[in-house]
Amino acid sequence: MQFQVMNSPFKQEQADLLNQVLPSMTENQKIWLSGYLANSQVSSTTATADPVIENVLQTEASTQAGVQNATREVTILFGSHTGNCEALAGEISEKLKQQDYKVTLSVMDDFKPKAIKKVQDLLILTSTHGDGDPPDNAMAFYDFIHSKRAPALDDLRYSVLSLGDSSYEFFCQTGKEFDERLEELGGKRIYPRIDCDLDFEEPAEEWFDGVLATLNNAKQVSVEGRNDVQQDQTDKVMNKPMYSRTNPFKAEILENLNLNGRGSNKENRHLELDLEGANLEFEPGDSLGIFPENDPSLVAKLIEEMEWNPEEHVPVNKQGELRPLRDALTSIFDITGLTKPLLEKAAQLTANKELNKLIISEQQEELKAYLYGRDLIDLVQDFGPWNVTAEEFTGILRKIPPRLYSIASSLKANPDEVHLTIGALRYDAHGRKRTGVCSGQCAERSQPGDALPVFIQHNSNFKLPENPDTPVIMIGAGTGIAPYRAFLEEREETGAGGEAWLFFGDQHFVTDFLYQVEWQKWLSEGVLTRMDVAFSRDTSEKVYVQHRMREKSHDLYQWLQAGAVIYVCGDEKYMAKDVEAVLLTILQQEGNMNKEEAETYLTELRKQKRYQRDVY
Amino acid sequence: MTNKAHTHLHGPPSDMEKIKDESNYLRGSIAENFADRITAGIPDEDTKLLKFHGSYQQDDRDLRNERKQQKLEPAYQYMVRVRLPGGVATPDQWLTMDNLANNYGNGTLKLTTRQTFQLHGVLKWNMKKSMQKINAALLDTIAACGDVNRNVMCNVNPDQSDFHAEVYGWAQKLSEELLPKTKAYHEIWLDEEKVLDSRDSEGDREPMYGPLYLPRKFKIGIAVPPSNDVDIFSHDLGFIAIMEEGKLIGFNVAVGGGMGMTHGDTNTYPQLSRVIGFCSVDQIVEVAEKVITIQRDYGNRSDRKNARFKYTIDRYGVEWFLQELQARLGWDLGEAKPYHFENNGDRYGWIKGSGKWHLNLFIQNGRIKDSEDYPLMTGIREIAKIHTGDFRLTPNQNLIIANVTEEMKPAIVELVTKYGLTDGKQNSALRRNSMACVAFPTCGLAMAESERYLPELLDKIENILDEAGIRDEDIIIRMSGCPNGCSRPGLGEIAFIGKAPGKYNMYLGAGFTGDRLNKLYRENIGEEEILETLKPILLQYGKRRQENEHFGDYVVRAGYVEEVTSGLNFHS
Repeated sequence: MQFQVMNSPFKQEQADLLNQVLPSMTENQKIWLSGYLANSQVSSTTATADPVIENVLQTEASTQAGVQNATREVTILFGSHTGNCEALAGEISEKLKQQDYKVTLSVMDDFKPKAIKKVQDLLILTSTHGDGDPPDNAMAFYDFIHSKRAPALDDLRYSVLSLGDSSYEFFCQTGKEFDERLEELGGKRIYPRIDCDLDFEEPAEEWFDGVLATLNNAKQVSVEGRNDVQQDQTDKVMNKPMYSRTNPFKAEILENLNLNGRGSNKENRHLELDLEGANLEFEPGDSLGIFPENDPSLVAKLIEEMEWNPEEHVPVNKQGELRPLRDALTSIFDITGLTKPLLEKAAQLTANKELNKLIISEQQEELKAYLYGRDLIDLVQDFGPWNVTAEEFTGILRKIPPRLYSIASSLKANPDEVHLTIGALRYDAHGRKRTGVCSGQCAERSQPGDALPVFIQHNSNFKLPENPDTPVIMIGAGTGIAPYRAFLEEREETGAGGEAWLFFGDQHFVTDFLYQVEWQKWLSEGVLTRMDVAFSRDTSEKVYVQHRMREKSHDLYQWLQAGAVIYVCGDEKYMAKDVEAVLLTILQQEGNMNKEEAETYLTELRKQKRYQRDVY
Repeated sequence: MTNKAHTHLHGPPSDMEKIKDESNYLRGSIAENFADRITAGIPDEDTKLLKFHGSYQQDDRDLRNERKQQKLEPAYQYMVRVRLPGGVATPDQWLTMDNLANNYGNGTLKLTTRQTFQLHGVLKWNMKKSMQKINAALLDTIAACGDVNRNVMCNVNPDQSDFHAEVYGWAQKLSEELLPKTKAYHEIWLDEEKVLDSRDSEGDREPMYGPLYLPRKFKIGIAVPPSNDVDIFSHDLGFIAIMEEGKLIGFNVAVGGGMGMTHGDTNTYPQLSRVIGFCSVDQIVEVAEKVITIQRDYGNRSDRKNARFKYTIDRYGVEWFLQELQARLGWDLGEAKPYHFENNGDRYGWIKGSGKWHLNLFIQNGRIKDSEDYPLMTGIREIAKIHTGDFRLTPNQNLIIANVTEEMKPAIVELVTKYGLTDGKQNSALRRNSMACVAFPTCGLAMAESERYLPELLDKIENILDEAGIRDEDIIIRMSGCPNGCSRPGLGEIAFIGKAPGKYNMYLGAGFTGDRLNKLYRENIGEEEILETLKPILLQYGKRRQENEHFGDYVVRAGYVEEVTSGLNFHS
């Protein structure tokens, strides 16, 4: 964007200067600068020379004056798909409470939309799903806020933290839309929105610090005395090691085997990890995050390609901690995923003009096509010569994001253990064999006895019904079967009485029927009431789970009418969408509904948490 | 029926009797369990009934432990055995079996020691389709296994085609007449209309077998002297064709043979049948039916290891049996006619008979498959596409391309040359006279390797043969993975019966014409000991044999083993 006098509050010379500086800035620099400006503005309150920014902060200033001794209520709403936003929201809520804030924490769809009028300070944390869509559990709130019924929110102060993955075209789209819409409705920003990539920890912390600074400014006087007490209590809790995403537990691998029989096209690993001493709690439906390491052969190839010294030390975080380059590239930096922001930064490090052309090319398709299936080695091979030091280059890399896997075991059934079902990703692209970072590590470079850094990612959107007698319908393909193993282990352990119906699909019966003997056992014992399977490549016509659902339309509808909760887990593009379409068809067919009624029925199910999905 | 009257002699009925009794004429819950897609297997009771439908549930035993660890059930699959009297198949039938093997089976066909096709590796959901395609080719699998009369064997007799046609006709007739009458097979596999309450329905009654069928399997063969390729004395019931002045006048009747036994149980033993008389051509079906009813009524239904017809005969005596048979027939058998057998092997290569050509190919252990250097399966498929005669599966697991006209012969020769199909004449005579059952990985009974191992063992024995200078000496060698004896090991001049992986009992001294059982020579030995043991005997045989003396006769004469005159002294 080019600043002009007409479209910005700046004078001509300011606009010229900004236009000169801004395009040269990296995304991180921009984020940092925006944070810096906002912070300095807040702390200097009225001492600003800029009339417009002053204007934005007017409300705050006046509020601050008025509420010195009264505590404002902070409402935290999150939309979460994989549980990252949920986890962050929970942490923030705790931190605010520790500072004596009154906090309301809620998933967006559990929050009565009309109550938004009464909210004073609103923090929104949301991820973006698929093609720029809000997460399932943010859908209703998102629709309301973007509808004509949304009220004016002139008294609202807010800030948005958006999580996303810059390899997607509509990066952080939902966060951006909330941010803009709340402004349109009259809300004032407490702190500018920050869009986080997969390595969201540092920017999220920065965002929270910024938000907190503003909030604290408003009530600075009253809390100091109590802070110490609070700190003291926290310390006591802290005596036990608290493992989390920022402090992952090193879990020893107890078992690592291939679940697919000989001759399969697939390799799905069953991992059993030891959690003894980790003090980690999880429930069926939760996920486990693993921080993987890059394939050492790729690291070696990259270093060789760039003619770097593997022993050279490079900084690996903002604190400037130094690590040998080889280690840093193995366990800190992401060298497998290419994103547009990364290419933009890389373009400044090479004399090769082709990279610039690719970035600014009018056809985004070309860039998309380039990013697909390529990694950092392709980038450095394709766009040399690179006249950069290892330190400069690693400075543009994001951190290796952890991989999340639906947990395949119940803690009640397997105390101190967590089981995972991990599909080894392997494919050929651009003349080279490629392997998924984490799945490859688990399949090829992990033996029992090795340890993996892990953390629990709670997922409240995929949970067994509270009432053990509620029937459940579980639909999964491939590794999507994993959480259902946890479900049934749990139900067996707790003696839950509800009926359970499992739909499973994969390629071949003989080789790909994951955990086959366990389902058979549960079927014979009645823990599992029914099971239908679809093996797409055993017959000339491909059969998938949705076909089996279709065949069982009548019974499925009966189960739903009897209050069953329906779960879908697995690939979104190739399964979850088709499953949803079939569900709608079944509702129309068996429930004599028209399309709209069927959709309403499904929306209602979703609201009642009777239609839960864990799709990826 | 009188069968109930005799069961008390042997104790309470075995579990299998109960299963049959409750099966509603072999239906059981086969249909329901084949619809269950959560397992590729079926419950144990149904596997037993499935045999009557011509199929065994098996699993790939190579993968058993591995799959268990992988939380997968065993790699369940089905062996499908065709009913093919006399081993005669049309080219279209061959192509159907070839197609099924490649689409639903494991890509190979097994030609069995009882002259039929076996498909291996058929998955549950392909069974019905396979059965229907087999049926569409005018074949079926009814009673190919189970406690009924199995596939009727018949001499392949390539040099007398007209005569073969006549004798083969009786094999077919016997096979048809002795089929179970239940409609279970047609309902389950061919979607024919269900008989509602089959116990009361006329169509389902089993006038000959009764609802419990036989105590155990029952095998019939027809031999045409001088060839004893069917090992006539190894059958429960054997018919020896008698020709006079170029005409078939009838059959000598032999009863009470069988190969199977159980390791460590001397109440079980292989036995050869005994000739008890003669019947005319048109009496053959009646004789067979009555023999079967006697076994139905007097056979042991308590202990399946002692239930074969041979034990019934040995228990009651041949004399008693003849009387009982004649009483049931209402007439007496004639006096047995003289006959003479020369050998029980195949005659390899091209043979002319009755104006047509016949090519007897050598098929190692009866396995039809393509390997990198031997496109056997493809070669025969190509021949089947143009062949105007028929195929004959020999009792020695080989294949005859039969009834080739003078005009067609060049085209067949061209294909034989193109695919390098062999009559095995380059092999040692020992290898040409070798037979092995399937055993690992599919056979559930196998204790040791057989089909996969024998060729390798032969390579090593051949070195000894060369040293002894007896490479072209016909010696019958047989290997079975377990003592049930599918490769008729009791009749091997050298035989091995599996005891444990890599370990075999070694037997020596059977008669070359299939007229004498062999005897245990070494127990539980591995390859090294096998070779060490055989070497001096073979070398001695090379030096000391008399003119035309066969190896089996030599080892008896030289005192390596005692002559076995009856199954009753097999263990003594």
